[in-house]
Amino acid sequence: MKTEVRISGLGGQGVVSAGQILGRAAVYDGKNAVQTQSYGAEARGSAAKSEVIISDNKIGFPAVRKCDVLVAMSQEALDKYVKDLRKNGVLIVDSTYVKKIPKTKICKKIPATEEAEKIFKAKMYANMLILGALTKIIGISEKAVERAIEDTLAKKVVNTNKKACRRGRDLPQ
Amino acid sequence: MSGPFSIREYLRPLPLPFCSGCGGLTVMSEFLRAAYELGHKKLDKFVFCSGIGCSSWIPSPHFIADSVHTLHGRSIPVATGLKLMRPNLNVVVFGGDGDIVGIGLSHFIHAARRNLDILVIMVNNMVYGMTGGQVAPTTPYKTKTTTTPYGSFEYPLDAAKLAVTAGAYYVSRWTTAHSKELKNSIKKALQMQGFRFIEAISQCPTAYGRRIGFKDSGEMLKWFKENAIEKTEKANEKDLAGKIVVGEFIQRKRLTLGETMQRVIEEAQKNEN
Amino acid sequence: MKKLQSENIHFWQGTEACAEAALKAGCRFFAGYPITPASEIAEHLARRLPQFGGIAIQMEDEIASIGAVVGASWAGFKAMTATSGPGFDLMQETIGWAFMTETPCVIVDVQRLGPSTGQATKCGQGDVMQSRWGTHGDYAAIVLAPNSVQEMFELTIKAFNHAEKYRTPVILLADEIIAHMREKITVSSTKGIRIIDRRKPKSCDKAFFGLEEIPSMPAVGEGFNVAVTGSTHDAYGIRFTADTQVHRQLVERLNNKIQNHVADLSDVETYNIDNCEVGIVSYGCTSRATYETVEAAENKKLKVGYARLRTIWPFPEKIVRRLAETAEKIIVPEMNLKQIFYEVERASRGKADVISLNKIGGGELITPEELLKKIMERTKN
Repeated sequence: MKTEVRISGLGGQGVVSAGQILGRAAVYDGKNAVQTQSYGAEARGSAAKSEVIISDNKIGFPAVRKCDVLVAMSQEALDKYVKDLRKNGVLIVDSTYVKKIPKTKICKKIPATEEAEKIFKAKMYANMLILGALTKIIGISEKAVERAIEDTLAKKVVNTNKKACRRGRDLPQ
Repeated sequence: MSGPFSIREYLRPLPLPFCSGCGGLTVMSEFLRAAYELGHKKLDKFVFCSGIGCSSWIPSPHFIADSVHTLHGRSIPVATGLKLMRPNLNVVVFGGDGDIVGIGLSHFIHAARRNLDILVIMVNNMVYGMTGGQVAPTTPYKTKTTTTPYGSFEYPLDAAKLAVTAGAYYVSRWTTAHSKELKNSIKKALQMQGFRFIEAISQCPTAYGRRIGFKDSGEMLKWFKENAIEKTEKANEKDLAGKIVVGEFIQRKRLTLGETMQRVIEEAQKNEN
Repeated sequence: MKKLQSENIHFWQGTEACAEAALKAGCRFFAGYPITPASEIAEHLARRLPQFGGIAIQMEDEIASIGAVVGASWAGFKAMTATSGPGFDLMQETIGWAFMTETPCVIVDVQRLGPSTGQATKCGQGDVMQSRWGTHGDYAAIVLAPNSVQEMFELTIKAFNHAEKYRTPVILLADEIIAHMREKITVSSTKGIRIIDRRKPKSCDKAFFGLEEIPSMPAVGEGFNVAVTGSTHDAYGIRFTADTQVHRQLVERLNNKIQNHVADLSDVETYNIDNCEVGIVSYGCTSRATYETVEAAENKKLKVGYARLRTIWPFPEKIVRRLAETAEKIIVPEMNLKQIFYEVERASRGKADVISLNKIGGGELITPEELLKKIMERTKN
């Protein structure tokens, strides 16, 4: 069993840390995982993506060419990468920003940024809401995800991020 | 101390590398005399570091001691690694003007800025002697050298002044005509901790002196003596212009790099426990 | 976290694995200068080394960094620096000096895309020949190339071990992709990992630069009055800058102490090399495409074998020749313009058709599809 995930959006939306936590959680769940990332020229505002391959076996090629799950946190990202989503792949979008969605795709719409602002008073937790939904869909345990958050993020923000992640998990799918 | 000072006690039985009349020999013997007068019968508490150039041969391999003969200009970085990891050793760097403030200039500035606890003795002969007498960053304006056949068109660098600005702990300058003062300055510096810089203006009769009209090293030493002026509180810029300004330029108290580094280690270990 | 983690499974970045391995190998000094994509190694060690009483310092440039590393090694400690292409350029003269003075140290070069500033954040494999021939004079290099986060850890320790055993600088030739990827890594207990330390002299020893193939090495301050120099020197460290014999003896010994131990230094992952129609010789990030390619080719009933080089230099010639003896063709995928290709061709001695597959620019990996296409296209002929 091998799952290839691409998380895409704009720099500053936290796609890299979401990928990092996802990969780490998969490893804590006893699987193999590899995560790579790429940024645009600037740290903020330009296109950013993070790719995670999760597998029960050894992982060879580390980059994602076709993905099973595509997360798009911006319309630009969706337009650019939707062609790489496998036929029965799942699309997860931040519906605050992504409005135009191809009809044929299985799509989970998460109003992540909206919810983050509403509940946590900060856009920056949108990635954790997405991560919560994402990990539920691909079957990563809540325990592993929470431990991965603890081991990845700074102590003072761990609790809020965990809450945001739980909120994402609990959203109707 | 048993017996009078004998330079041979400190040297391997090898032929010395200096040309006849070279000021390097004066710097070598005054350094060893200073060590002797401080009670060092052996040099086992020292490690010497040098680069490339005639004066880099003062310690290496002649001194019966640990000596690290590095690349051109890189003695100070190597001394940084040696001193940080062996804080109990006296690390002394010998080098020429080309080595220390030509190719190795940035290391010199940064070591002074960091207050790395080493003594740098720069033998300034105002020329690249070993390679045959090319212009150096310390060559006086209008001086003819093999690469400035019409006279140097650049202004020389005042290395001592630069060391003061960069943050050195102790800075002095003497000439080889001031051997006693030079020795006393080395003695003083050897008893301090911090970045210490001693500039020894020195004669190179072979690649410099004879090309600019000095008959021998004696004439050059006479020139040093006559042109040197000691820096005093009262001396103004006008008095010092065109002279070889000698004396002590600064002595200040600052934590050394080793000490600030030790604080970091303590902090890192405290947070862990 | 001061205690080294043991028997643990982590999800680490390549740079992090390299830095943690350095600690495990006993490294206590790091000097470096910021450069993409190697800075994370410096950042990690700046936090971790002081916890072990060690020192991490940012120097004024790469020349100073490697200089300080050599100084720390002569002070008796294991030392390392990490850089990328432009910084590696600046270090070359000092790497030659470390070779000539037989100074153990580790230089990590996280390759990026050159020449010059090129595409500074993108991956390349263009420093393969530089790592072998970067300094002037006759020189023998030990260069290791990891292809996973696990190997960033294991080969860093191996680099220190080789450096200490052979008393020579060792280069860990990583690349941007392997250094920046995060991956599962298993760190076994300290007991399970062999750590080699340099051979220290007996109190009567004097010849620290000869007489034996790999002489013992004192530190400064131990009373040996050691004279270290990059100029030609005799067994006792005394300069001999005109004698033919002294130079020949020294430089031949320095080269032979590495070239005579190719068997010990060779580290190659092999698959089916004695029973294949097509061979692949690869290393570093590029080799990650090999595994899927072999599987896909086998599904098409084509026997593919590979030699994946963990040791690049000294070049593991014998294994490549073995592959050439059975395979009709050998494909050499590289993210440079044929740097290892000619070595493979030379080692093959005409016994196999050696074919190059290159990709440079943008930092994009050669994919398994591209590699498979190359294999199939040549096999049809």
